[in-house]
Amino acid sequence: MNSIRKNDLAALATGTLFGAGLVVSGMTLPSKVIGFLDVLGGQWDPSLGLVMGGAIAVHAVVYRLIQGRPSPLLAERWSLPMREDIDSRLLFGAALFGIGWGLGGFCPGPGLVSLVAGASSSIVFVAAMLIAMLGTAKLETYLAGRSARNALSASNDESRPA
Amino acid sequence: MRSAQINRRRVFRDAKGTNVANMNWDAFTPWSALAGGALIGTAASILLIFNGRVAGISGVLGGLLVPKQGEVSWRLAFAIGLAVGGVLMLALSPESFGASPRALPLVAVAGAFVGVGTRIGNGCTSGHGVCGLSRLSVRSLAATLTFMATGFLAATAARFFLGAA
Repeated sequence: MNSIRKNDLAALATGTLFGAGLVVSGMTLPSKVIGFLDVLGGQWDPSLGLVMGGAIAVHAVVYRLIQGRPSPLLAERWSLPMREDIDSRLLFGAALFGIGWGLGGFCPGPGLVSLVAGASSSIVFVAAMLIAMLGTAKLETYLAGRSARNALSASNDESRPA
Repeated sequence: MRSAQINRRRVFRDAKGTNVANMNWDAFTPWSALAGGALIGTAASILLIFNGRVAGISGVLGGLLVPKQGEVSWRLAFAIGLAVGGVLMLALSPESFGASPRALPLVAVAGAFVGVGTRIGNGCTSGHGVCGLSRLSVRSLAATLTFMATGFLAATAARFFLGAA
């Protein structure tokens, strides 16, 4: 078994534990999610704050332990985000995501996991989410290509003899 | 003394006299929330230790929708794992799955917001909220505070216009 296969097994184990954890935690109950976000609704249920707390308690310790190691066990290098700048794109995107989360009660993971129960709301949510992700990606690629072409034609203009 | 108490109570009441600062202790499930959170943290740790990657669901999905060479199989395995974990829990605890309390057209709008937002903002509750905060990432802290704030606003507005969830 080569290292690529082992990578996939680690990802499979991660997904399985992650999916089970989302269900155990209560994140696959959209009404509970909304009851957590709706702090002033008169029926506030703070439980789901403890999900993030419990996850970070474990993961932050593990991150400290592996920090400084040359590489992960089954890959040549770390693939972790290194950016530390806060730009408007990040905040705008996070704001949109939060609106969708508070409206429907689903974030991406619980939406996907809920598909196995077959409720129409999770199917509608995931379908809309995937279409929107793909559409955004396509639009980004198009805009990036257009600005690259514009830059190219601008430099062509400059090099054109008068 | 007595009027001060009454005033203080009024601060937390809306026009109908409902106490808006009330908590729903019957729905409070601290132990399962913590246990589920610990499972999620363990899962993310496995992917970090072995593959050196962030267990961000929207990022994993994004890489499947816009595939790059050598970046597909582990994401597919992760997604299959989510389904496996879901099926296991569906057998053990079917009551832990619920439908959205909102009408389907609104759920579709919510899904679109989540899709566009996680793509533009490079992450969701897992990537920013769990993995990023665990790394003390400033970007993830800013993102998490932002989506928590707009999530609160959206849930509050939805209750105001559509009724309790």
